[in-house]
Amino acid sequence: MISINEVLETNRMVDSQHLDVRTITMGISLLDCIGETAEVTARRVYDKVVDKAGRLVEVGEEIAHETGIPIVNKRVSVTPVSIITAHTGGAVLIAKALDRAAKDIGVDFIGGYTALVQKGMTSYEEDFIRSIPEALACTDRVCSSVNVGSTKAGINMDAVALMGKIVKETAYATRDNGSIGCAKLVVFANAVEDNPFMAGAFHGVGEKDVVINVGVSGPGVVKAALERVRGDLTEVAETVKKVAYKITRVGQYVAQEASRRLNANFGIVDLSLAPTPTMGDSVAHILEEMGLESVGACGTTACLALLNDAVKKGGIMATSHVGGLSGAFIPVSEDVGMIDAAKSGALRIEKLEAMTAICSVGLDMIAVPGDTKEEVISALIADEAAIGVVNNKTTAVRVIPVYGKSVGDEVSFGGLLGTAPVMPLSTVSPARFIQRGGRIPAPVWANKN
Amino acid sequence: MRAIVSVFGTDQKGIIAKVSGKLYELGINVEDISQTIMQKYFSMIMLVDTTDCVKKFAEVADVLSDLGKEIGVEIRIQTEDIFRTMHRI
Repeated sequence: MISINEVLETNRMVDSQHLDVRTITMGISLLDCIGETAEVTARRVYDKVVDKAGRLVEVGEEIAHETGIPIVNKRVSVTPVSIITAHTGGAVLIAKALDRAAKDIGVDFIGGYTALVQKGMTSYEEDFIRSIPEALACTDRVCSSVNVGSTKAGINMDAVALMGKIVKETAYATRDNGSIGCAKLVVFANAVEDNPFMAGAFHGVGEKDVVINVGVSGPGVVKAALERVRGDLTEVAETVKKVAYKITRVGQYVAQEASRRLNANFGIVDLSLAPTPTMGDSVAHILEEMGLESVGACGTTACLALLNDAVKKGGIMATSHVGGLSGAFIPVSEDVGMIDAAKSGALRIEKLEAMTAICSVGLDMIAVPGDTKEEVISALIADEAAIGVVNNKTTAVRVIPVYGKSVGDEVSFGGLLGTAPVMPLSTVSPARFIQRGGRIPAPVWANKN
Repeated sequence: MRAIVSVFGTDQKGIIAKVSGKLYELGINVEDISQTIMQKYFSMIMLVDTTDCVKKFAEVADVLSDLGKEIGVEIRIQTEDIFRTMHRI
């Protein structure tokens, strides 16, 4: 029989260390919803999402009751909308249908207002991307992402230039609400097709019709375990591995059960440490527990490298399919330790950029001054994409140029999206570089065949 | 479903009797018990079978939690699978 100590350990993780399953995300293919008009497609999209994911919330809560482990979010990701509206246009209609479906089934976010343009943009994809600000302004729960580069294709600098403009337009379109639209817009390089986490989740075209992907969490559990470690960094890494194994097993169980009960395919478990703004649920505090005075200090990148690697090594054996982003997340506004470090000046965007070279995913939930020029945002995206493309990993930019705010101000998005201090960003002009457009060629080691 | 009922709290007379009585009322069969006193705290887990229980799992959890509040201990019921999955290879 299970021992008393095993029961106590699990329940302590939940009660005082914020162990939870961060999200059950149902991926739904919309390829069979394409109609002759956008109106027909929108109707079919709504019907399919409600049909397939109608019981998602109920099943999630059922499993949470049975295990005693909270399942914080239940979400849906769909086929990139740019694909299903290629013939008809009218993508905003689809966004509205997705928003309505999300509200009716009770999920907090629905992802997939997405275009994959890493090598080039068709005219319909360009039209689609230009519709993003409006789609995010007229919906509450829709999330959008655009993939602008890959290790195989290089970086589509025309798309990068356009996305600087789109981010700014989205900030303006949602200016009455802290430019929150930008918190739901991710620009990727090497985007993955089975990511369960928002705002970048979409359902890849290589996926089955209905798939369950689960994202685990538990920064607080890792931090609590490290508080007891007095040994060297090898012992630190071993401890993280053991904890990551146990956390991931929970994700594996939940993914299996949810797939079975919802008649869906088991997709992947994403081995990410995802923080929340709650005290005791911070990735930054894990790095500080390793011995940094504050995240942002020299040594931060090395600590994060150890953490990220140990989480993967512990998690890989615990699940039958690893996927998604799988690594430590460092969203500034969603992590109380990151917020404090950014406010005190210990953590700067340049250090965050270095951190993104060795963890998932990128410059995430960073508020920058509202008057940041679009070419600066494009160049920031280009830098981040270069890190991803050259290192053969996913990187992303989710920055919020908060309309009307400047360095020293703060913006609050509420809930899990948290609070962000507006951080300074270089204002030296990269305009001529961005205006050149074209494609940065794929790196030499992309040619592996 | 096989589940683990866990009871933790300050030791007092009659805890086992009250918990077993409630499980009997709910139609839940007790298959195994492990109990000890850890640093003056009463700690017990029971392996139970809920197959014949007519109430929903969440309702059973509420009934047991309420009983816990009544007698001043913490009582939970969780599927056995989650502990097996987490702690056993």
